[in-house]
Amino acid sequence: MIPIDIIQKTAEILMDKAAIEIPQDYLDGLQAAASVEDGDLSSFVLEAMLENYKAAKEDRRAMCGDTGTPRWYVKMGNETQIEGGPIALEAALRRATANATNGVPLRPNRVHPLWRTDHDNNVGIGAPEIEYGYEPGGEWIDLITVHKGGLFGTDYRMLFPSDGIQGIKRFYLDCLVAFGKRGLACQPAIIGIGLGGCKDTCMVLGKRAACLRVVGSRNSDPRIAELELELKELGNSIGMGAMGFVGKSMVIDANIEVGYCHTGGMQMSVHAFCLSSRRAVARVFADGRVEYRTDPDWFTDYQRRETVEWEMPQNHEKSA
Amino acid sequence: MGNASKPRKIRLSTTPTPEALAELRLGDVVYLDGLIYTAREGVYKRALEDKANIPMELPSESAANFHCSPAAAINEDGTFRLGAVTATASFRFTKWIGEWMAKSGAKLIIGKGGMSAKDYKEHFVPNGAIYLTTVGYGTGALLGRGVKRVKAVHWNKELGLAQAMWVLEADNMGPFIVESDLAGNSLFERENAKISANLAKVYEGTTPAVLKRFGETDDRSDEMIG
Repeated sequence: MIPIDIIQKTAEILMDKAAIEIPQDYLDGLQAAASVEDGDLSSFVLEAMLENYKAAKEDRRAMCGDTGTPRWYVKMGNETQIEGGPIALEAALRRATANATNGVPLRPNRVHPLWRTDHDNNVGIGAPEIEYGYEPGGEWIDLITVHKGGLFGTDYRMLFPSDGIQGIKRFYLDCLVAFGKRGLACQPAIIGIGLGGCKDTCMVLGKRAACLRVVGSRNSDPRIAELELELKELGNSIGMGAMGFVGKSMVIDANIEVGYCHTGGMQMSVHAFCLSSRRAVARVFADGRVEYRTDPDWFTDYQRRETVEWEMPQNHEKSA
Repeated sequence: MGNASKPRKIRLSTTPTPEALAELRLGDVVYLDGLIYTAREGVYKRALEDKANIPMELPSESAANFHCSPAAAINEDGTFRLGAVTATASFRFTKWIGEWMAKSGAKLIIGKGGMSAKDYKEHFVPNGAIYLTTVGYGTGALLGRGVKRVKAVHWNKELGLAQAMWVLEADNMGPFIVESDLAGNSLFERENAKISANLAKVYEGTTPAVLKRFGETDDRSDEMIG
């Protein structure tokens, strides 16, 4: 049984970490981009961002004033039990979100879509989102918070098998060029691409590809992995850099996730996780132990399983 | 960094003289001193559509309108805690900006992504104003460091913290980049034009989607804003 007070306390710490500490994998990726960027203005922007991450950590203040729309991804081992059950868990995550909004402080971004009511705490109808995943074996809970900006850089399109890879590239370029102008997408970004599923799951896959995979990770399907690298290079060949200035840094990494789709379609979504690619993760164990990390490790072999039954691999504890 | 050259850095008052503004060139990096106020859709609607009295002396106290909501909170004793400060995209405010400038005398509009050259010619040039863009986006922690203190928050009860009018005391606050000059030229549009020249090559071999969508443009040099 995992104690609920530890879950809430951990969640509050995660909100703070996500807002303030840029994950190392993204930082490494941006430093690599900065080292080859030769556009005068783009270079200046990347340098300022690197300085900004330092200032955020030194001052313990949010790295970006738009602290996004905080949300939760929760993953549990098959044997996990939570004190108070799932209702208590959701209450703890809502409390942590509200407390951290006031505590860090974060910008209270969440409002009612029509009445613009702002509770000043990032909690409201359907907010924060809480999504779930499960892994075979184990008694632990992974709490993952993602603070992603919300307005630009994302699009969906129903493509068809006849559109093929060239159609995928076209829509990908359209998204980068359209949202990259004036830097609306806050690039260079981790670009997440969802392929297949249904419209809603396609969006979910793309968002998770952007937010729940670390820079440098590759899809387990070698042909998809190859396409990821190709799309990364294509994005960086547009001639556009940070803020839409002339440059070559658009894409820190391109991540693709797929889901089986209708036989006639090839749904595609594109998501840009920005210069403030904010995520923080902790695993809480039944004995109250907490391990912090920045890799959500969401897309395990189990999450990408293709068949009816799942045979637990020998080393499932490690892969989960 | 690669072989990039460094832009010019300039300190500027938030109640700038016309001469100081005339000195600025597209791409200059600016740091601000003086009072800045935040105003976005909430403030514009309240001041311009609901005709509420603006709770500051403008432009004598400040001629710098920041399209921004800070990551900040009001303590129970009425003091403030301000963390990061990042702009929001300005192109959405076209419908109010001309009337706001006439009423507020703003000379510096600060935000994300600039506005269209049409807005600059129609509203900025006649009012002797320029646009400063934030950098990144966004250098929220660096800009937060440049705020010496929060002087006041107006209309937070009516509009909520994110839409309230925050009055910030800037001390060497930056960086910002000069996006438009007094003649109404736009740095973003200049850069877009350069990038567009290469786009046909990047798109080579890709194919248009078999199912079209309404309202689209296939001209990649088009702006998506406004």
